[in-house]
Amino acid sequence: MAKLVMNDELFAELKTFIDDNKSQTLGLMPVLHKAQDIFGCIPLEVQKFISKEMHVTVAEIYGVVTFYSRFSTEPVGDHLIGVCLGTACYVKGSQKILDELIKELGIKQEETTEDGKFTLTATRCVGACGLAPVMMIDDDVYGRLSPKQISDILSKYKN
Amino acid sequence: MKNVNIKINGMDFEVPSNYTVLEACKKANIDIPTLCYLKEINETGACRMCVVEVEGARSLQASCVLKVREGMNVKTNTKRVINSRTTTLELLLANHNKDCLKCNRNGKCELQDLSERFHIRDIYFDSFEKRTPHYDDSSVSIVRDQSKCILCGRCVSACQKVAGMGILTYINRGFEAVVGTGFNYKLEEAGCIYCGQCINVCPVGALKEKSHIDQVWDAINNPNVHVVVQTAPAVRASIGEEFGLEMGTRATGKMVAAIKRLGVDKVFDTNFAADLTIMEEGYELLDRIQNNGVLPMLTSCSPGWIRLIEQYYPEFIHNLSSCKSPHQMFGAIIKSYYAEKANIDPKDIFVVSVMPCSAKKSEMNRDEMEVNGLRDVDAVLTTREISNIIREAGIRFNELEDEEFDNPLGEYSGAGVIFGATGGVMEAALRTVADILENKDLDDFEYNNVRGIEGIKEASIELGGKTVNIAVAHGGENAKKLMDMIKSGEKEYHFVEIMGCSGGCVNGGGQPYVKASIRNSGVDIRLARAKALYEEDEIKQVRKSHQNKQIQLLYKEFLEKPNSHKSHELLHTHYKKQEIFPIS
Repeated sequence: MAKLVMNDELFAELKTFIDDNKSQTLGLMPVLHKAQDIFGCIPLEVQKFISKEMHVTVAEIYGVVTFYSRFSTEPVGDHLIGVCLGTACYVKGSQKILDELIKELGIKQEETTEDGKFTLTATRCVGACGLAPVMMIDDDVYGRLSPKQISDILSKYKN
Repeated sequence: MKNVNIKINGMDFEVPSNYTVLEACKKANIDIPTLCYLKEINETGACRMCVVEVEGARSLQASCVLKVREGMNVKTNTKRVINSRTTTLELLLANHNKDCLKCNRNGKCELQDLSERFHIRDIYFDSFEKRTPHYDDSSVSIVRDQSKCILCGRCVSACQKVAGMGILTYINRGFEAVVGTGFNYKLEEAGCIYCGQCINVCPVGALKEKSHIDQVWDAINNPNVHVVVQTAPAVRASIGEEFGLEMGTRATGKMVAAIKRLGVDKVFDTNFAADLTIMEEGYELLDRIQNNGVLPMLTSCSPGWIRLIEQYYPEFIHNLSSCKSPHQMFGAIIKSYYAEKANIDPKDIFVVSVMPCSAKKSEMNRDEMEVNGLRDVDAVLTTREISNIIREAGIRFNELEDEEFDNPLGEYSGAGVIFGATGGVMEAALRTVADILENKDLDDFEYNNVRGIEGIKEASIELGGKTVNIAVAHGGENAKKLMDMIKSGEKEYHFVEIMGCSGGCVNGGGQPYVKASIRNSGVDIRLARAKALYEEDEIKQVRKSHQNKQIQLLYKEFLEKPNSHKSHELLHTHYKKQEIFPIS
């Protein structure tokens, strides 16, 4: 599992953001974006904090967090792998790429490896249809993939 | 309000301009089907059952959220409309767990009604993956079954807007979307107060109370068990609805007659214990006022409210009256005083509370609710459950002659009856406290300023030369508003009544289902049912708790005086902070 760091300093940073924006009617979304950036995820502790500061129930916050794939409740690994399941990539066999990653990493979709190195997600179109099937690892794009290449690509990130 | 002219199915109508198309159609005697729509509570246009064709609009329109316009031309019965509604219904049914024969809403299900109305005989999409039963019955009060849920959102809105709690939400999106709590915590730990407003508005069998029916039948059928039933005030005001009587019909006598025919040993009235509560709580208030006790004193009859304060305002638990709620008090008295009088071993007594409430099921399970190892109450049946039992037994409710409660604990005052409506406990307490302070039998004892369904009611009353400031709130949202004002110091009171449900017990989470079509027609369930209680109060000879002869006898023979040592042992309790979303 990836490590989650929560300390008073980080909570203070979030509080400052909420307080600084109180004059305008501050929606939940900007606060959640900020929280995701600060903590790398929005776990229960953080949702309880936001709930108290903004007078919104935890249930409502959790509903929003689980609706948008940009937010997560668990820490994301050092490297975020996104396999495009958009139409073009899908017809070019990106499901097989995803299946290979699942096999290779030993985790399911939307999970993080034990050692906290990789988080595997399926994404919508990344705008590189010409290179289909496509996956992204952090900011690197890998196109015209075949399942055979996966092992080699992953090894680049293992150290 | 300005009127507009619209055409519905080729006919001309004139309707107020603030109407929705749905309301206009109703005026034209056309009943548009709805599922998710609850007037002023859930107006999202999400389920698409209510679609109509509007001239000039490309797609079908959701009539529940579409306002009328001058010259609008609406068609409600075209082939396109009917096809759309049928398809919507088939899609909903495709992954609905259709075990209707085993469902607690069988015969009372709005989805079932629509299937019949649109004569669904085959479900085109039935090859989709079915939802398997997915129970959360971890709560002692409310049971959820995800496989029945059609995601209409009525419970989510009711929890937010009627209960004022907001503990239910949509989780995830698309096919994975479900209704649940934050982080899927169990209701017990997710901030739920068990008011059951979600159950009341669910159109299908996705939410229900935890049933105690089997335990009650077992007790009735055990010849060694002495079964005592007590009925809460609000039940008489609503049970008639279960048997087709008009809302607001007072069915006290028929209810007693029906329960007696189930083969129970005694039927008593929780109102007796309501009178007892007033004695204990009234004297507790006097003591707090006269001896600089913690003020304001907060009432403690509503277990929903108790859960609210324990979870959300734990710093105020010393303000709560230490009185148990009436039915718990009654259980303790039945297993002590009554057992002694009737010469029955209290261990052989099984106390059944018939309540309008889902939270009472949780209350009876609290650790504190026992005396010397004997539980005060052994089962809680909701108004719906007792009605099911009466039907199961084949008792023809409407044909029964009125019967009286049993003695010696069946006598009650008018003050006890009005406990079932918001403001009722306050009024009952004032009737007694005023008499005690003035030391006479006051003629002027109706406190109209605490009646009615206004969210927060306040008054200043002169009692024995002292001004007493009081407030009444009902429903979670008003309760929180009032508590916040007390917390900030903006308001100061001596005595505050709070009930967890909007309107009080008459609108409790255990009361008969009221279909959306009736809810949306503009009836106020709270007022209609409360009327029955105030009527009963008016016809009672004795209308003040302290004048109830059997209460006086109970003190003389057994309890000595209000707040005596014995009273405290049997009738009082304590509270503790409950953490919401505990992190392990």
